[in-house]
Amino acid sequence: MIELYETQRAMRNMRKAAMQRGVVAVLDVGTSKIACLVLRFDGSPRLDAEGIGSMAGQAGFRVIGAATTRSRGVRFGEISAMQETERAIRTAVQAAQKMANIRVDHIIACFSGAGPRSYGLAGSVDLEGNVVTEQDISRVLSACDVPDYGDGREVLHAQPVNFALDHRSGLIDPRGQLGQTLATDMHMLTVDAAAVQNLAHCVKRCDLELAGVASSAYMAGVSSLVEDEQELGAACIDLGGGTAGISIFIKKHMIYADSVRMGGDHVTSDISKGLSVPTATAERIKTFYGGVVATGMDDREMIEIGGDTGDYEHDRRRVSRAELIGIMRPRVEEILEEVRARLDAAGFEHLPSQQIVLTGGGSQIPGLDGLASRILGQQVRLGRPLRVHGLPQAATGAGFASAVGLCLFAANPQDEWWDFDLPVDRYPARSLKRAVKWFKDNW
Amino acid sequence: MRPLGQRMQKLRHDPAPSRWSYRMQRLMLTPIFRKLLRVGLPFALSFGAASLYLNQPEVRDSLITRIAEIRETIEERPEFMVNLLAVEGASDEVASEIREIFPVALPASSFDFDLDELRITIEDLPAVASAAVRLRQGGVLELAITERQPAALLRTRAGLSVIDVEGVTIAQAQSLSDYPELPLLTGEGAEASVAEAQAIEAAAGPLAPRILGLVRMGARRWDVVLDGEQRILLPEAAPVRALERVIVLNETNDMLERDIAVVDMRLAERPAIRMRERAVEAWWQVRNSVAGVKDQ
Repeated sequence: MIELYETQRAMRNMRKAAMQRGVVAVLDVGTSKIACLVLRFDGSPRLDAEGIGSMAGQAGFRVIGAATTRSRGVRFGEISAMQETERAIRTAVQAAQKMANIRVDHIIACFSGAGPRSYGLAGSVDLEGNVVTEQDISRVLSACDVPDYGDGREVLHAQPVNFALDHRSGLIDPRGQLGQTLATDMHMLTVDAAAVQNLAHCVKRCDLELAGVASSAYMAGVSSLVEDEQELGAACIDLGGGTAGISIFIKKHMIYADSVRMGGDHVTSDISKGLSVPTATAERIKTFYGGVVATGMDDREMIEIGGDTGDYEHDRRRVSRAELIGIMRPRVEEILEEVRARLDAAGFEHLPSQQIVLTGGGSQIPGLDGLASRILGQQVRLGRPLRVHGLPQAATGAGFASAVGLCLFAANPQDEWWDFDLPVDRYPARSLKRAVKWFKDNW
Repeated sequence: MRPLGQRMQKLRHDPAPSRWSYRMQRLMLTPIFRKLLRVGLPFALSFGAASLYLNQPEVRDSLITRIAEIRETIEERPEFMVNLLAVEGASDEVASEIREIFPVALPASSFDFDLDELRITIEDLPAVASAAVRLRQGGVLELAITERQPAALLRTRAGLSVIDVEGVTIAQAQSLSDYPELPLLTGEGAEASVAEAQAIEAAAGPLAPRILGLVRMGARRWDVVLDGEQRILLPEAAPVRALERVIVLNETNDMLERDIAVVDMRLAERPAIRMRERAVEAWWQVRNSVAGVKDQ
């Protein structure tokens, strides 16, 4: 755990350094596209106009560069061909830098795959004094018994979601309060270490410093759920190209995240197979004519699917839109069923509010909300990411939910376990290190 | 059938930059590098080109010659020319002497004059006490001279010289009759206390026509030499007062009319006189005859 703590801390320090310099880039490595936004932290004042809320996390920065590129070498949200992905990242970063007209050195990245797994951790300690101090919080966080999450996995997020002091639970910040026993609940998300390392390597090959890694499902939830949904309990389904990310929020904390390894690319490949057209054509047909609910009108709407063989009959093929919907719908249903199963496994039905928000590029399929409400429950809506300063119109769609979420995450990160100092008794070679640390802190 | 002219529709090539072009672009976006490129590079280029060009000696020579020519044309404009030397407050000999030693041939450009140096040169003349040099409108160089005033004649082994009150030699004199109004001084260190000698001379009053000169004795006190081989030895302190006492004694007793060689006033409380040898003998004779001693 110590190494993890150190690497995450190093990334946090990098992020701080980036904030100091005022420029940081966020990178959403998706299966179908790679988006890069360049943020400038200029401390722009909060808007105090009538009718504008607290603007949680949206103020204080500005998007000055944005670029997307077709993703290559990424499958199921994981990097499968390093060179290709590196080139794609380079393309996106270069274009964003060019638009921002500034050089970026620090990057915060998110990815959707790598099999995220959620763990709920609990820990409790007796207080040393009567008052809860920072040190007590470090101790209680360290007292959480970490489950054996397996070899080759790495902790991506470890966020304290709840503190309880004696019999009072639901505390957000127990510091300074009186009590005897401090207990905490922590949400820990682990992913495949190899995926993180691959991403880090790609970023390093682009001469950039990785200042943070996040789960894309979490980021989509941060940007797409409105404040009361995050407070009362909601799930965000990020329908991406290769995966469908699921994140459940309550009391403004993520308590569960998962991903289904199916997404829009599977729909495209179904169309490609069913109509025997190239993938690019299938993608175009899907985005132009796709849908999940067929009506009588769709039987009469014929789509030219074309071809390049030279055979007249083959190149002049047409299908009705109903046929296309007939291909797409089962796959979308399958994805949603799988999401339903994951939500059930997570115990989503026990939450006080069961709002489900669909976002991501896949949520733009016409009629999806109707289909989703039949599978996932009545409270389903389509979500688009929050508006942030300077975001170009082209990047405000649902497909940019995780990129925008990363912006918010960069500006206002959630407290993680490694943001707290290690408890004193956990220092190895205690006295000497402490002396060195004291010297470093003071000189 | 596909028309022959139609190319296979290809997927658009992804515009992924090469690693080096990516790095190049990042480099160009670095602010300090851009500043270096915008300011440092032109500076270095022009500096290098200029130094390369000036490295050839003939170029450098022609450049220096050209600059000198331009400078000369400016300096020789009539506005800057000095045509006339005006010497004020100096006697004719001194003025001619100044013109003789004047270092620049007129007319000359005023850029060629170093007025300070000129002033020092002129003040080095023995007859000049101080000089003020200024350039006047209309190309006139004006020298305002204050001459040294002759205060005494000094006789040394080298000859006779005219000195001022500070003891600075102004000129050589051929004979005493050239400066009848100046007192004659001699002796070791006489030129150092000319003012004292002047005071003694002024206090001489009735003795003045009889004074031949003053002799500085041992570089500390004055002797007044009178005609008739008489000498008044004045003390070191308050010599004028001592001389006045001698004058008073002279007026009351006709002291200097008598056969006296030296009046010694060196000790104020005990003035002494020395008689001549003949007078002493005469005095003895008179005393002996009064006492009835027979001449042997």
